[in-house]
Amino acid sequence: MAEWTEEITHIAGTDLAIVKGGKGKPLLILHEELGHPGWMSYHQELAKDRTLIIPIQPGYGKSPRVEQIRNVHELGLFYNWVLNEMNLAPIDVIGFSIGGWTAAEMATANSKIFRKMMLVAPSGIKPAEGEILDIFAVTIGTQLNATVHDAAAAPEFRKLYGGERTPEQFEAFEEARTESARIAWDPILHNPSLPYFLQGVRGLPTHIVWGREDATVPVTAADSYQVALKNTDVKLTIFDHCGHRPEIEKSAEFVKLVREFLA
Amino acid sequence: MHIMYFTERPYRDVPEDEVIKNRSFFGVPNRFYDAQVGARLYNEYLDEDVYAEEVGFDAIMLNEHHGNPFCMGAVMNVEAAILARITKKVRIVLLGNPLPVVKNPVRLAEELAEIDLISKGRLVPGWVRGAGSEQIFNQANPAYNREYFNEAHDLVLACWTKPGPFRWEGKHFNFRYVNPWALPYQKPRPPIWIPGVISAETVVWCAKHRYPYIGLGTALQSTVELWNLYGQTAADEGYMAGTENFGYLQQIHVAETEEEAQKQGRAAMFGGGAANFSRPEHTLPPGYNSKEATRRLAKQATDYGFLGITSEKLKESQRGDLRHIGIPKQNGDTRDKLRKGEISVEEAKKKIYANYQKAQDGLQIIIGTPKTVIPKLKLIMEVLRPGVFGLFQAQGPLTTQQRLTSIRLMGQEVLPAMREIAKGLGIVDPFEREPGSRPYTSGTQYDSLVDLEALKRAPKRDESVRV
Repeated sequence: MAEWTEEITHIAGTDLAIVKGGKGKPLLILHEELGHPGWMSYHQELAKDRTLIIPIQPGYGKSPRVEQIRNVHELGLFYNWVLNEMNLAPIDVIGFSIGGWTAAEMATANSKIFRKMMLVAPSGIKPAEGEILDIFAVTIGTQLNATVHDAAAAPEFRKLYGGERTPEQFEAFEEARTESARIAWDPILHNPSLPYFLQGVRGLPTHIVWGREDATVPVTAADSYQVALKNTDVKLTIFDHCGHRPEIEKSAEFVKLVREFLA
Repeated sequence: MHIMYFTERPYRDVPEDEVIKNRSFFGVPNRFYDAQVGARLYNEYLDEDVYAEEVGFDAIMLNEHHGNPFCMGAVMNVEAAILARITKKVRIVLLGNPLPVVKNPVRLAEELAEIDLISKGRLVPGWVRGAGSEQIFNQANPAYNREYFNEAHDLVLACWTKPGPFRWEGKHFNFRYVNPWALPYQKPRPPIWIPGVISAETVVWCAKHRYPYIGLGTALQSTVELWNLYGQTAADEGYMAGTENFGYLQQIHVAETEEEAQKQGRAAMFGGGAANFSRPEHTLPPGYNSKEATRRLAKQATDYGFLGITSEKLKESQRGDLRHIGIPKQNGDTRDKLRKGEISVEEAKKKIYANYQKAQDGLQIIIGTPKTVIPKLKLIMEVLRPGVFGLFQAQGPLTTQQRLTSIRLMGQEVLPAMREIAKGLGIVDPFEREPGSRPYTSGTQYDSLVDLEALKRAPKRDESVRV
């Protein structure tokens, strides 16, 4: 039996592609700006005792663009609608990069939409020091390479997005970049209001995860998230010798951390 | 025939090594900018335009780019406003205002109306999407590039033609009280021309709006295809396209002797020329091209490098350096090799200048005396039959005197010859015949827009040579 399936569901006024796999309590995963990276080993591990629900963001892959989603805050409102319509709230969530930012936006709109929230190197807050990489002014290759600290030490880096860099894959990247530019071009990959509204999040256990050598979203932004989420229970884990993808650069440790947090 | 003088107004004192090291003109750090030089050059270029009028040009064409020494016209409308006052009879052709980066189209409509008024009706505005780098420089979301273009276009035209006050509530622009007091001198509005590089979408859009399309030095073979597409679209729209619907821009430098011309003309290769305008990541920001255009660009052979939009660059923008994950090394171009440190600046420069002759052979640049440039211009006129012709003063570190001599020789010898040739070919310009004014009856034969026999005589461009 296939480990995962992808189905189109008519929901929240659109046709949303959703990747599903595993068994057990549902776990929502919000993917990053280049799209769902494929079924990686961390998916496989987590799917052993959780049903992973991975919506493909509108404008990516088989999910058509929703014009009314004009920024990441509105993307968050969209996903809140999706969860309500699917009767999935409250649900555990892991958001990667822009997916983490999206989860944070969802929580500002409704803290009770989630049971527990894990944010992995989320963009969304302007770091106190350093700058978020302007992914829109570099090549796809540069963007992709900047997501890991040491590609040679991360065997799964080769497998990301199916591994093969076919013309179709580049077209998919181009579409993904176009959609993330559409909603996050200005301000550059953050929402200046997010730190203020995150203070309103209460009763939502949150875990922030970062790689110390993150070259996409500087690790200094972790502090900003922690400060902004001061009115809820928040933990921070920083992996050394790790870039923007702890889930593949520190896969075993990452999976352990998720299991402990969501237990 | 309407003949325009055009220069990019290059900042000619930028160190070439810095351009090459930066792998493009866009993004050369502005610590290399000297205000004394800038002040001198802005004034010189305005004087040059006045001189071009004196020697017989019909129009001065201006363009706009931001953040680079390739073109100093960052705010083209300022120069246009000055020209409106200091010139007497030339048309002031703006090709074009980059609509997607204009945050306030109402103000743009006002600026252009003022220029048209001060010049007493000599303005020809045009619109562009802006190079990829302009979106980055101006914080204009490339994913909305075409939408911004279309809506800003409609709003500017509404400002000029719809009685105010009115409210504008669009997708991207909202204005509560549109009632510009300054309205254009020309009625119902100034004529509009559109420059283009390779986009079929733009050609079709122009034909639907009956706007003349000005090919910016595009390879003759692909230009012929685009103009036939324009002609077909025009017929579908119920009108007959003709020479009045087309224009062409050609980079050129003229000197007294062939030897001097060849020596001076090397300046056109400076820093890699227009092909080195911006790096791949700045040329094609995400969403700047439609999915269809990206696909077409990926498939088609490199045929043109104006502002560096090439299929090779598209591939480079997508690929980056992925050798460590098993993507084989490409036979990259000079820029790519520089990036990887595989060649030195000196070697890169040698490679650039090695293409000087080939660039002339392929008509990317025309260099010579009036006697030797005229037959080449004639061939282009025969193939494309453009009603508007722009002579684009060669880029690079030419001296002021060399530039003025080139303008003088063009005025004295090249322009009269071109006018004769145009007469012989039956070419009329958009002021002699209103574009889109001739109705077309479905099913009948329409005018041939190009000369395919002449095209056979035209040299094939070496696709690897870009200036």
